[in-house]
Amino acid sequence: MNSAILQTLCKAVIPLLLMTAIWFFLRGHNEPGGGFIAGLVFASAYVLYGLAFGPQAVRESMRLSPRTLMAFGLLLSVAAGLIGVFDHQAFLTGLWTEFETGFGKLKLGTPLLFDLGVMLVVIGAVNSILLELTEAGESNPQSQGEEAA
Amino acid sequence: MTAVHPLMVSLLTAGMLLAFRKNRWAMRLLSLAGGLVHLGISIQLFREPSGMLQLGSWPAPFGISFLADRFATMMVLVASIIGLAVLITSWIDVESREEKLGFHPMVHVLMTGVCGAFLTHDLFNLFVWFEVMLMASFVLLGLGEKRVQVSGALRYFALNLVSSLFFLSAVGLLYGWLGTLQMSDIAIRLAQTEERGLLLGIGALLFLAFAIKAALFPVFAWLPVSYPMPSFGVSALFAGLLTKVGVVAMVRFYCLLPADSTLQSFIIFAGLATMVVGVLCAIGQSTIRRILSFHIVSQVGYMVLALGLFNGLGLTACLFYLIHHILVKANLFLVGGIVHRIQGSEKVQECGGLASAYPWLAFLFWIPALSLAGLPPLSGFWAKLLVIRTGLDQGNFSAVGVALAVGLLTLLSMIKIWNEVFWKPLPERTEPPPSRRTLAILAAPSVALGLLTILLGVFAQTGIEWSDQAAQELRPQVVLLEEPAE
Amino acid sequence: MEVLLAILVGFLYAAGVYLMLRRSIVKLLFGLALLGNATNLLIFVAAGLQRGRPAFVPIGATEPKGPVADPLAQALILTAIVIGFGLLAFATVLTRRVYDLQQDDDLDALSGGEEDV
Repeated sequence: MNSAILQTLCKAVIPLLLMTAIWFFLRGHNEPGGGFIAGLVFASAYVLYGLAFGPQAVRESMRLSPRTLMAFGLLLSVAAGLIGVFDHQAFLTGLWTEFETGFGKLKLGTPLLFDLGVMLVVIGAVNSILLELTEAGESNPQSQGEEAA
Repeated sequence: MTAVHPLMVSLLTAGMLLAFRKNRWAMRLLSLAGGLVHLGISIQLFREPSGMLQLGSWPAPFGISFLADRFATMMVLVASIIGLAVLITSWIDVESREEKLGFHPMVHVLMTGVCGAFLTHDLFNLFVWFEVMLMASFVLLGLGEKRVQVSGALRYFALNLVSSLFFLSAVGLLYGWLGTLQMSDIAIRLAQTEERGLLLGIGALLFLAFAIKAALFPVFAWLPVSYPMPSFGVSALFAGLLTKVGVVAMVRFYCLLPADSTLQSFIIFAGLATMVVGVLCAIGQSTIRRILSFHIVSQVGYMVLALGLFNGLGLTACLFYLIHHILVKANLFLVGGIVHRIQGSEKVQECGGLASAYPWLAFLFWIPALSLAGLPPLSGFWAKLLVIRTGLDQGNFSAVGVALAVGLLTLLSMIKIWNEVFWKPLPERTEPPPSRRTLAILAAPSVALGLLTILLGVFAQTGIEWSDQAAQELRPQVVLLEEPAE
Repeated sequence: MEVLLAILVGFLYAAGVYLMLRRSIVKLLFGLALLGNATNLLIFVAAGLQRGRPAFVPIGATEPKGPVADPLAQALILTAIVIGFGLLAFATVLTRRVYDLQQDDDLDALSGGEEDV
């Protein structure tokens, strides 16, 4: 698809989508949002980009291949769960720590890491499926991945 | 060791394999290392079952529970052994194209799903593990390029997804009714309820879902069209583990229910029908894996029959049968893989002469084949003996008769493979035989599984004691339930 | 409201089964998607409907005000949707490959030639 309208629109909408995704991600612990939905919104930016400029452009813009992204996400999520185990608590137990920054208290915890992992897995999975379906021609390998949410 | 350790190992291995998938040998070694660690943890867990674990330290029944009791740890150990065997076979058996596409990570994801389903104590979590398993097995099935492979994968997917949706519906209804999903909690609340109709409806839905997963009589059609399609290693993995997860889920759920003679006779009937239909279908098949696939169906029938008999030794027999069957069936598929490697075909008419050319292979075949048919002193004999003994104790002579007859027909089927593949003269063939190294790698897991089968036969007392212990741990819930009803 | 939703669930199940029984693979996928949606709605209805009472704890408070909707049922549905989404996406990829292989989405044509393993 080579529509000038869509391509121009993309440049305005994609930053918005990415910011929305990050906003969803950050508010996710206590309010609606979280890693999964943030990942979906983030990936939808790629979908839009792919529709406007073609799958090749998506591949180039991603730096890491979708599967590598999924791998890192998976490892990050499991690692976030493991932190609790090293603290002699059950797997996936949430641990929190507070920092005093110049602007107020910053509360960081393992659920944030877990959510980040989920987000990466979702982005990777959606993108690998997207690329799988749009890259015609070559006989394509089965894409793969698993849901971590 | 806790209940989630095996799952973490599999997941971490899968993640690392996904990240470093460029180098073939690095992938193989990493995958094997993951399998070995998994086995080590499973052995440790089996020796000291760690009991209940609340994920994320959320208290029961609100958080997700994992239960590492004797039953679950036993199954995880057996699954781990099969996984390792398949990983070794895959060095030869899986094409490099499939390895690049993610064979290794998917095997570990599959192991996560299987072990998760064994260990979880929460119905919805069981659904999630089912889906993880389905996803991984679906990708493993679809790795092939041929039309039949894709066709098998599609049918496998459709039927298993429908089964999952039945399961999910039942879980939703159960939650709406009882307000809990933790298994022990469900058992306690079911004991207090009087509404048999609702229980029967939801129970039937769950039973249907598990029946599709376990490939029971009217709903087994997906199994023989999909299992013979992928590489032999993947076939062995599926044959050993996937249907058995359905049986395990059925056992777990059945132990939560109040005793009910209607349900019991229904399960016995389903088991008997599955045994007979499966074994009869197997007789007409012409490729090794299709014959063996129908025997999975038939053997699952034995387990379900034992579950239906339940009282006395019934549950023990079911659990012992599960372990025996996983080891034997995966082994038979692996032996089939060696035959295919040597002869270039798995159609029984096109094979032959292996008994004189490869006597050791004939021996490797006989161990699981005779065990499957139930000849002493192998594990299958004790498994069948337990089932038949339970049937006799409960005066269910028709079940005993069918069990004996199906055993005989199983032997007939095994003899058919023997006659065609091993005994009759070798047809004209010009292909060079595979190298010694190839055969050694392919045979090693098979030898190990064969040894385990013999050990389980010779030291059957120990195996039965373990099963009995596991059954006793599963049973208290039922005793708890029977009291208020009386 | 429960009755209406129950009827809708039944209707979705019926439509899903009907689509699954057709010969086309694409319709099979649509059927599975409908079944999945029906199941999610079923959980939603079975867990009881609560209108306008999200299960949130107001900022500063330690417990929600008054009776709220059951968040667990919604969590179950969300998880089920996620899983269903993943599975259907893979099925779509597989369907695409079926189409590449035989230029047809007829299930019957696909099942021919089972013996040439």
